[in-house]
Amino acid sequence: MTMPATIKRVLPQLAALVVILALNTAIAPGFLDIAYANGRLYGSLIDILNRGAPVALLAIGMTLVIATRGIDLSVGAVMAICGAVAAALITGDHSLAATILMTLGVGILCGLWNGALVAFLGIQPIIATLILMVAGRGIAQLITEGVILTFNDPGLIFVGSGSVFGMPFPVILWIVIGIAASLIFRTTALGLLVEAIGINRRASALAGIGTSALLLAVYAASGLCAAVAGIVAAADIRGADANNAGLWLELDAILAVVVGGNSLMGGRFSIAGSLIGAMIIQSVNTGILLAGFPPEFNLVIKAAIIVVILVVQSPASHTLFAFFKHRPGRAAETPAGAAKPEEGGAR
Amino acid sequence: MTLFKTLAGAVAIAGLMAGSASAADMTVGFSQIGSESGWRAAETTLTKEQAEKRGIDLKFADAQQKQENQIKAIRSFVAQGVDAILLAPVVATGWDQVLEEAKDAEIPVVLLDRQVDSSDDLYLTAVGSDLEHEGEVAGDWLVKEVGDKDCNVVELQGTTGSSPAIKRKAGFEKAISGHDNVKIVRSQTGDFTRTKGKEVMESFLKAENGGKDICALYAHNDDMAVGAIQAIKEAGLKPGSDILVVSIDAVPDIFLAMANGEANATVELTPNMAGPAFDALEAYKKDGKEPPKFIQTESKLYTQSDDPKAIYEEKKNQGY
Repeated sequence: MTMPATIKRVLPQLAALVVILALNTAIAPGFLDIAYANGRLYGSLIDILNRGAPVALLAIGMTLVIATRGIDLSVGAVMAICGAVAAALITGDHSLAATILMTLGVGILCGLWNGALVAFLGIQPIIATLILMVAGRGIAQLITEGVILTFNDPGLIFVGSGSVFGMPFPVILWIVIGIAASLIFRTTALGLLVEAIGINRRASALAGIGTSALLLAVYAASGLCAAVAGIVAAADIRGADANNAGLWLELDAILAVVVGGNSLMGGRFSIAGSLIGAMIIQSVNTGILLAGFPPEFNLVIKAAIIVVILVVQSPASHTLFAFFKHRPGRAAETPAGAAKPEEGGAR
Repeated sequence: MTLFKTLAGAVAIAGLMAGSASAADMTVGFSQIGSESGWRAAETTLTKEQAEKRGIDLKFADAQQKQENQIKAIRSFVAQGVDAILLAPVVATGWDQVLEEAKDAEIPVVLLDRQVDSSDDLYLTAVGSDLEHEGEVAGDWLVKEVGDKDCNVVELQGTTGSSPAIKRKAGFEKAISGHDNVKIVRSQTGDFTRTKGKEVMESFLKAENGGKDICALYAHNDDMAVGAIQAIKEAGLKPGSDILVVSIDAVPDIFLAMANGEANATVELTPNMAGPAFDALEAYKKDGKEPPKFIQTESKLYTQSDDPKAIYEEKKNQGY
């Protein structure tokens, strides 16, 4: 995949992001201001990058899972489990490295559990991951014993609220992991294989692709991303809140993937698109907070904006746009020639 | 002489027996909702503590958030013939039948913390906190603290539409009305969580000139205040002095923040609902004195001058 093609692919998402940011600037004067204070960049734009980190991280793993025509509902609960594990380990006098490695391991284990249910038992992904979504929060509560487990380890806190070159650390995390995932899946045949499973798992298996192993790996990757997001969320508030950490974030992650232009039917995927999708969602959230509307309006406004974005992206509206675009010169073009670019644009 | 001694002894024994009859002979069943929050865990701990202190035999039933389990527990308490029942109802409706059964067995029921929609002759009394009053206490503190100075307040609301959010907001507004120097400039929901409290506070700080225009933060619970305090610190301001912080609940972590000078005041939602309940029950058993239908617990205000470090140590072990 060449660079221009990648950019062209996420052009609609970038346009949507720019429109939302422009709206925010109109609502909140000083929205675009960025200052440097206390060794870190400071401003609403930085807040969006920083607050969007958990959903962006989840969206990376979710994109891969959805590309295999699956879905992972458990990521929010896995976040809660991993936050609880990290807090329990660090307060149990384990070293920072051991804490983080073991927590990531727990995330991968959660992912492998999901993957095994899907790949070997053939359970539908929505049900397979629903199990851990429900049970996971209970597991997290067992680990924290129902309280908010607070910690003061400066190293772990750094993961949530430290900064490198003025940029909050969670931002660096999701950008680096996003780029790494894109490289792994796009410079090798892995991405193609994942897409093949999503389009037709049986045919892929017959063609010699190790579908079960790949499915396991993809769900494990999603678990790993959720573990990182869980550590970030816990480190941000210096405590593991089993009841609320990652609550409903699986839905935001799925939304980010869809707003990013990926199909829930599996197949072609773009991690960059999903990441921009995550930023679009966070821009909407931050914009609503800055606007100062009464909180009763929050969810309605968010829903309205998301509906507009999805309608603009929908295949039907692409056909409509193309229809109006080509109408003046319709006589000069063959119908087949007009239909081709629409199909490409819908993706 | 002998007769006198015998009489005196008899009186003494009778006195002892009467004294013990009021408490030690009492068996009380307690149907708790579950342990969904730290506060509720503390309520359970304190109820057990209070019972032990008074020599009451407490039978505890955890309903795990299910009304059917609570109804089962009450029926089994009735069957065991306990002297009284404490009930922290998980929902407000659907209690008529089982309360009727307890009434027929002449077992008084005391509601803890939450109310029911049933007719009030089905239970002895309800012990609870007045949510609106809590907001008022917080508002009164702030009004007194700032005096005549202008003060722009930002408010972190609880979950939109929940009764603590509505009532704590109303109480605070009532307290500051008539004091035109104190006004709420921004109000947004933080869903009662630390994460949202921090995120929303970040946006408040951005929207109000980097926080320089904010004089005080009022949070509907301590957890949101704890999150917001971190946001204030990360913005390079001093919580507790640059921005005053007042919140409600009095969970242990806010006392830690107060000990560090980062929070100013909190209003206690006491987890000791059982104390007043047992007091009322003992009075009722002793001389049949009917308590009022609602016993309001104290909404105590704690500030930095109340030795927050010591309170933290004390509260930490109550199961929050």
